Amino acid sequence: MIKFLIKGLLRDKSRSRLPIIVVSLGVMLTVFMHAYITGFMGDTFEMNAKFSTGHVKVMTRAYAENLSQLPIDLALTESGELLTNLRINYPEMEWTQRIQFGGLIDAPDSTGETRSQGPAIGLGIDLLSGNGNESERLNLSESLVQGRLPAKAGEAMLSDDFAKKLNVIPGDDVTLIGSTMNGSMSMYNFIVSGTVRFGVEIMDRGSIIADIEDIRIALDMEDASGEILGFEKSGFYENEKAETMSAIFNSNTSEGDDEYSPMMKSLSQQGNMGQYVQMSELWSAYISLIFIFAMSLVLWNAGLLGGLRRYGEVGIRLAIGEEKGHIYRSMILESFFIGLAGSVLGTTIGLFFAWLVQTYGIDISGMMKGASMMMPSTIRARITTPDFYIGFIPGVLSTVFGTMLSGIGIYRRQTATLFKELEA
Amino acid sequence: MESSNTIIIKGLYKRFPVGKGEFTALSDINLNFAQGEFTGLIGPSGSGKTTLLNILGSLDVPSAGEALVLGNSIGMLSAREAANLRKVSLGFIFQSYNLLAVHTVYENVEFPLLLLKLSATERHKMVMDALEWVGLTDKIKSKPPQLSGGQCQRVAIARAMVKKPSLVLADEPTANLDAANSHHILKTMETLNRELKTTFVFATHDDKVISYLRRKVFLLDGRIDKDEIIHPNS
Ligand SMILES: Nc1ncnc2c1ncn2[C@@H]1O[C@H](COP(=O)(O)OP(=O)(O)OP(=O)(O)O)[C@@H](O)[C@H]1O
Ligand SMILES: [Mg+2]
Repeated sequence: MIKFLIKGLLRDKSRSRLPIIVVSLGVMLTVFMHAYITGFMGDTFEMNAKFSTGHVKVMTRAYAENLSQLPIDLALTESGELLTNLRINYPEMEWTQRIQFGGLIDAPDSTGETRSQGPAIGLGIDLLSGNGNESERLNLSESLVQGRLPAKAGEAMLSDDFAKKLNVIPGDDVTLIGSTMNGSMSMYNFIVSGTVRFGVEIMDRGSIIADIEDIRIALDMEDASGEILGFEKSGFYENEKAETMSAIFNSNTSEGDDEYSPMMKSLSQQGNMGQYVQMSELWSAYISLIFIFAMSLVLWNAGLLGGLRRYGEVGIRLAIGEEKGHIYRSMILESFFIGLAGSVLGTTIGLFFAWLVQTYGIDISGMMKGASMMMPSTIRARITTPDFYIGFIPGVLSTVFGTMLSGIGIYRRQTATLFKELEA
Repeated sequence: MESSNTIIIKGLYKRFPVGKGEFTALSDINLNFAQGEFTGLIGPSGSGKTTLLNILGSLDVPSAGEALVLGNSIGMLSAREAANLRKVSLGFIFQSYNLLAVHTVYENVEFPLLLLKLSATERHKMVMDALEWVGLTDKIKSKPPQLSGGQCQRVAIARAMVKKPSLVLADEPTANLDAANSHHILKTMETLNRELKTTFVFATHDDKVISYLRRKVFLLDGRIDKDEIIHPNS
C-alpha cells in the first residue's frame, strides 16, 4: 500500500512537484534570511567588538559602572601584569590594552594661537610595539584617506571629517587638551600622520587615534590602561562562552568591595548590545513562524495538499475497504514526505545563496548615511549550524499543518457524503 | 432455484435532515436478494436508487428497519467492521469509473488486493485473471487517460471483480458509454455473474441495462413500486 501511494505521489505532479516547489521556496528564504541576519548581526557585533566592546572587556569595577563617560581616572593600574596573566590564563583569546578618553583637539596657527578647535573621542591603541595587531583589527590601512599610519611616537591620526572641520592636513601639528588620570589638565602635541574614515558614523565624527604609549604619557597613565579587550581567535563572538568566561573571571577576582579590582564584561553586558544579541536569537524563531504560517496558507489555499482534488481517490479507497482515519493519516504521512523533500531542496538552495552572500557580501553603504549605531557597510551572510536544520521546521510543519487543515473536511464528513461527492 | 439470501431488507427507512425537517428518501423497503442474482434498482432521478445502494455497500446506514448484507446488519457495524465488509466481500462500479489516473491499468486493478494479505504472486495471478475476463491483458501498462471510456469501465469492472467479491454494486455503470460499449460491458458482467456466481445489483434508468436484468425492482419516490422477476424461459 505504502509503495502504491508513493508511486502515485511521485507520478502526480500536482501533488508532488508543485508543493515541493512552494515548500522549497519558503525553506530557501528561511535559511537564507537566517544566515543573512546571523551574518548582519554578527558583523554588527564584530564592529562594536573591534571598535569598542571587545568580545569581552576587562576594566575596574568603578570604570565599568561609568563606562559611557570614559573615566580614565578609574583606569586599571599595573595593567601590564594583568595583561600577561590574561594571556596565560586565556590563551584562546587575543588580549590588547586600550585607553579610550575624551578631550579637545586644538589646531594652532603659525604663531601658536588657536586656529580651530573641536571635541574628540580619543583612542590609544597598541600601534608601535610591533607585537599587536590592532591596526588590522581596526582595518586602519584600508580606512586611510590621506597620509599614512603613525610610524613613530608623537604621531596620531584624525578622522577625515574631523580633520576637514579643523582644517588640518597630514604633517600639521595638533594639541590634545585633556585631563590626566589624577584629574589635572594636560596638553600634548601630535603630528597628524594621516586621516581615516571607517564608514562608522560615530567613529568618523571626531576621533583621534594614537599609540597607547603616547597617550599614557599625555594623560600621565604609566602602566595603566582604561580597558583590556579580549577577542576570540576564531574571530566570531560566542555569547554564551563570553558570558560564562566573564562570570568565572568575576567570581575569582571579587576582592571584597575594592572598586579598583578588575572585572570582565562580555559584549552583551555592555551598553545596549545585550538587546541586539537577544534580538538576533529571537529572529530565527520569528522567521520560522512567519514562514510556517505563510506557507501553510499558500499550500492550503492552492489546494495542493489534502483532499480537495482527490475525492475520486478517497472514494475508491473507501470503496475497497480502507478506513477513513487511515486515509487521513496516510495523507498526512504523504505531506510529511513532501515537506521533507521540499526542505532538503530548499535548504540546499538557501545555503548556496547564503554562501554567495557570505563570500561576496552586499554593499549597503548607501543606506547607512546618518546611522548612529555601529553597523557594517557591507552585509555578509554567515552560515551557522542552525541553517542546516532551521528550514525543516517551517518546511515540514507547513505541509503537515496544511494537510491537516484541508483534510479535516474529509475526516469530519460522513463516509456516504464523501462517496456522493465523488460520484457527482 | 436460488436459495441462500445475500441481502435481506426489512422495513427499511432512510431519512435525511433537510433544513429544520427531514426528507424521507426510502420508505418501508422490504426486499430479499439471493446469491447470484442479476438485479437492477430502476427508477427516475431522485427515486432513491443510490441511497439504497450506498446502504447495501455499508457506506451509509438505515434510519429505521434492517439491512442484512452477507449476514451483517448494516446499521450495527462499527466503522472498522463496515470497512472490512467492503474490503473482503464488496465490489463497486461507478458511473465515472473513478480510476486513478497516474496509475497503470495493472496497478488500478491490483489496488483492492493491497489491503488483503496476499503475496505478490497471488496478486499477480488474480490481476491477470481479472484483466483476462474483461479482455484487457494487452493494456496492463497503459494509464486511464490513454484508454477509451469503454475500456476504462472494463478496468473498473476488473477492479471490482478481482478479489471475487460476493456482491457487486454498480451505480449507473453505462451512463457515460455509447450503445456498443454499454452492451460490451454488460455482456462481460453477465458472463462473470454466471461463471463466478457473483450477485450484481445495479442502479439504473438505462434501457440497455434493463434489458439484461433478470430481476427489476422499480423504485418511485423511495418506495418499491414493482418487483419483476424475469424467468429464463420467458
Ligand atoms: N445526504 C442527503 N441529504 C439530503 N437529501 C438527500 C441526501 N442524499 C440523497 N438525498 C435525497 O434523496 C433522494 C434520493 O436520492 P438518490 O441519490 O438516492 O436518487 P437516485 O435515484 O440515485 O437519483 P439519480 O438517478 O439522479 O442518481 C433525492 O431526492 C435526494 O435529493
Ligand atoms: Mg443515483
